[in-house]
Amino acid sequence: MSLSLKTRNHHLMWRAGFGPSVEQLADLETLSPTQLFKALQQSSKVTPAYMDVAGDYLDGLKAGLEEAGRQQKKELSQEEKKKMQQMSRERIRSLNLTWFKEMVNSDAQLREKFALFWHGHFACRNLNVYYQQGLLDILRKNALGSFRDMLHAVSKSAAMLNFLNNQQNRKDHPNENFAREVMELFTLGRGNYTEQDIKEAARAFTGWSANLQGEFVFRRFQHDTGTKTVLGRTGNLTGEEVLDHLLAQKQTARYITRKLYRFFVNEQVDEAKVEWLAERFYQSNYQIGKLAEDIFTSDWFFDEKNIGSHIKSPVELLVGIPRMLPMELENEESLLFLQKALGQVLFYPPNVAGWPGGKSWIDSSTLLLRMRIPQLIVDADELNIRAKDDDDQQMGKKNDADKIPVKGMNKRALIKATIDWKAYIEQYSKTEKDKLVDSIVGNLLMADSQINSSLIVQFSNSKSREDFVRSVTLQLMSLPEYQLA
Amino acid sequence: MVRRRAFLQMGSLATASLLVPRFLKAFDGKAVVPKGNRVLVILQLSGGNDGLNTVIPTYNDIYYKERPRLGIEKTKALALTEEAGLHPSLVALKGLYDEGELAILNSVGYPNPDRSHFRSMDIWHSASDSRDYWNNGWVGRYLDAQCSGCDKPTYALELDDMLSLALKGEQVNAIAMRDPRRLYGTANERFFREVMKQHVDEPGEQPVDYLYKTMASTLSSADYIFQQSKMSPTKAVYPQTQLGTDLKTIASLIYSDINTKVYYLSLGSFDTHVNQQFTQQRLFTEMNDAIAAFTKDLKANGRFDDVMLMTFSEFGRRVSQNASGGTDHGTANNMFFVGGGLKKKGLINELPDLSDLEEGDLKYKVDFKSVYATVLNKWLGADDAAILKQTYPHLSFI
Repeated sequence: MSLSLKTRNHHLMWRAGFGPSVEQLADLETLSPTQLFKALQQSSKVTPAYMDVAGDYLDGLKAGLEEAGRQQKKELSQEEKKKMQQMSRERIRSLNLTWFKEMVNSDAQLREKFALFWHGHFACRNLNVYYQQGLLDILRKNALGSFRDMLHAVSKSAAMLNFLNNQQNRKDHPNENFAREVMELFTLGRGNYTEQDIKEAARAFTGWSANLQGEFVFRRFQHDTGTKTVLGRTGNLTGEEVLDHLLAQKQTARYITRKLYRFFVNEQVDEAKVEWLAERFYQSNYQIGKLAEDIFTSDWFFDEKNIGSHIKSPVELLVGIPRMLPMELENEESLLFLQKALGQVLFYPPNVAGWPGGKSWIDSSTLLLRMRIPQLIVDADELNIRAKDDDDQQMGKKNDADKIPVKGMNKRALIKATIDWKAYIEQYSKTEKDKLVDSIVGNLLMADSQINSSLIVQFSNSKSREDFVRSVTLQLMSLPEYQLA
Repeated sequence: MVRRRAFLQMGSLATASLLVPRFLKAFDGKAVVPKGNRVLVILQLSGGNDGLNTVIPTYNDIYYKERPRLGIEKTKALALTEEAGLHPSLVALKGLYDEGELAILNSVGYPNPDRSHFRSMDIWHSASDSRDYWNNGWVGRYLDAQCSGCDKPTYALELDDMLSLALKGEQVNAIAMRDPRRLYGTANERFFREVMKQHVDEPGEQPVDYLYKTMASTLSSADYIFQQSKMSPTKAVYPQTQLGTDLKTIASLIYSDINTKVYYLSLGSFDTHVNQQFTQQRLFTEMNDAIAAFTKDLKANGRFDDVMLMTFSEFGRRVSQNASGGTDHGTANNMFFVGGGLKKKGLINELPDLSDLEEGDLKYKVDFKSVYATVLNKWLGADDAAILKQTYPHLSFI
C-alpha cells in the first residue's frame, strides 16, 4: 500500500525538522514532498543571526582581569572566579532556551535540525558561554554548508581547543587529546588510523590556541615544525594540512554519512544507500546541503520501514509538542528540567562522543516521564521527581563548571503552561465526529498503533467538541507511539 | 500474552494481602529468603570524596606538611592501626572495623585518570578504559546476563528518580525509583495499563515494541517492587535522612523475597574545593548514621552475612590542600566494603605512598575494574570477564 501524501510530508517534517507545526497542517495535505523539501531548503537559506546571550559577560571578565593586573595579581581571586562562573552558567542556560525557542519557532527547520545533529557530532562541554555561543554559531552557519569549512572552524574554535586540551599541546610536550578525537569522532571513526598517526597529527596541532575573545591564535614558538607522517603523507605538516588530509580520505565521507543516515533516516543502516550517498558527498567536496537533498528527495527515504522508526530524542520530543500546540510557559526552567530528566541537555553532552541516541534514550524512568508530560503540562501537576544532583560543586557552590544548570527545580518541579488551542482546534472544525480520532491520530502519530480508537474515546472528555479534541490529543501524546517519529 | 500477564498482576494486586502468608513470618521474625542469597549495595560518594581525610595516614609527616590546615590530627582520628585512623565522624565504621566487618582497599583508580567529574564518573560507571566511551554500565551488563528474556529487570535497583549509566545494560535497563509506593502510583495510571493490554508485538522487533516492552516491564516491576516492599517491612529505626530512608527501603526489600541482587544509591556532593571540613563532616555523619542503622538491622534479622555494602567515588582529591580550606580534584582513592561475609578485613593493602606522587596526585595501585571483577565473580557468582569485556585479576578479600 503506498503511503499517503500527508504521511510522507509528516515524515519529512519530523526528520528534516522538529515535526509539523499547527499552521502547516493544511499544506501538508496538498503539497508534494519535493515541494515541501524545496520550501524547507528555501527558508533555511538565510544566514542565521548570531545568538548573543553573553552580553557583558566578556566585558566583565576583561575588566576583572585588568583589575587583577592593576593589583599585580596573577589571576582573578576565587571570589571573582566564582562570580564569573556563576554568570557564565546562567548565560548558558539562556543560550539553551534561546536556541530551543528557535527550534520551535524558526521556519529554518532544516538548518536547526542539522545544527542539532552537528551539536551532537562536535560535542563539547565548556563553561565559557562566550566560547559556547561562538561554537554554536559555527554549527548553525555551516549546518547545511561545507563540512570542510565547519571542520576547520570547529577545530579552531576556542570552545573545542579548550575542551580537548589543545591549549596544552606544545612542541616537546604534545597533548594528543585533540588529534585523537578529531580522527576518532569527527572524521574517520575508530579503526581507520593508528596510534602513530595520532601522535604525529598532535604535533601538527601544536601551538593551536585561542585568546580570551575566543579568537584563534597560532602560537608560532610552540609549534613543532619538524617532519610528520600522518596517514601516509609526510612533510612539515600544519594543522590545516592534516585536517585537509583527513578530508581527502573517503572514509571521512563514509563515516559522516553513516552517522547522518542513522540520525535522519534509520538506526538500521542500509550500507548500499550509505555508500551511494557517501560517494556523492565526497565528490561534492563535502556539501552538506547536497547530501541533505540526496536523502530527503530520494524514494527510499519514504520507505515504510523508515517511517515512525526513530525514537525522538528528548529535544526532538520537547520541541515537537509546542510546534503542534503553541504554549506559553510560566517557568521556562522547566524545559531545562525536562531536558535533564530525559537525558539531553543542550550544551551538556555526556562526553565528546555526543548523545548515543536510539534506544539509549529509553529506560523505565524516562519512558514514564515522557508519557506523563502532556498531563503535566495541562494539570500543572506536581512532577514529584528530582533530577540527579550534579557532582561538581566547584568553588563550594552548587551549580558550577560542568554542572547542568537546573536552578530551583529540584524539589517540586512544576510545568505551568497555557496552551493556545485555537488554531489547533480550528483544524478539526470540519471533520465529522466519527472521524475525529483518526484524523487527530494522522496528525500526531507516525508509528502504526494497535490502540483501538474506542479506548482513546473512553478516556477522553466528550462534553464538547473542543474538550474532545483537546483530551484526545493529550491522550495520544501520552502514548508510547508518540515517542516515535 | 501481554494481556494475560497484565490481568494476572491486576488480580494478584487486589488480593495481595490474602496471598502473602504473613502469619508464617509473624512467628519466624526472620526473612523468608534462605541465607546465602547474596546482595550487593553500592554507595556512590558523588563529587570526589577526599580519601586522605577519610582514612588518615596519621603517622605520615608529608600528609601534615601538605595539609597544615585540613590535616586531621592523630588524636582526633579514630585509630585503626599505628599508621592509620578514620575520619572522626565515622564512629560506626570504626565499630565495624573492630568487629572485623569492614575492609578498606587503598589506592584504587585507573590508568590515565581524568579529573573531570562527569567523565571520571562515566569511566567508573561503564568500567571502560579512560579512552573509550561506552554507553552502558557494569551493573547494567550484569543485569543483561541475569535477565535475558526476563520480564522484571529488578535484579538491580537504583534508589533515585533517574537511572545512572552504571545500571544501563546493552539489552536491559535496571529500574530507578525512590519510593516503591510512589513508583507504583505513577505507573499504575489506568490509561497506561489499558493501552498496554492492546499492544501486541509483531514479528521482527520494531522500535514501538521496544517501547512497549519497557513499559510492560516498568509496570510489572512497579507492582512487584511495591508488593515486595510491603511483605516484611523493617521495623528498625533509621535516621530521617535521604540515605537513611533509602537504606530502610533496601532493608525491607532484602527481607522480602524480591529477586534484587544489586542496590545502588548515592550521597553527595563531596566536591570540597572550599570549606571541606564542614561539608565532609556533615556528609560522613549522614553516611555513618545510616550505615549504623542498616548494619544493626541486618544483624538483627540474620542477613548481615549475605549483604555487602561497597563505597566508591569518581576520584580522590589532591594531596595538598588548596588556599580555600579545601582540596581539588585528584586521582586514586579508597573503597570501603562492609559485611559479615568478608574474607579479609581491616586495611587490606598499604596506605598510599605520599612520597611517590604524579604531579601531586596519588598513583593508583589497584584498578577499580579488578574490584568489580572480584565482586561480580566471588560475591555475585557472575561471569566477570563477559560483563567487563576483559579479564582482570581477582582480589582475595571476598
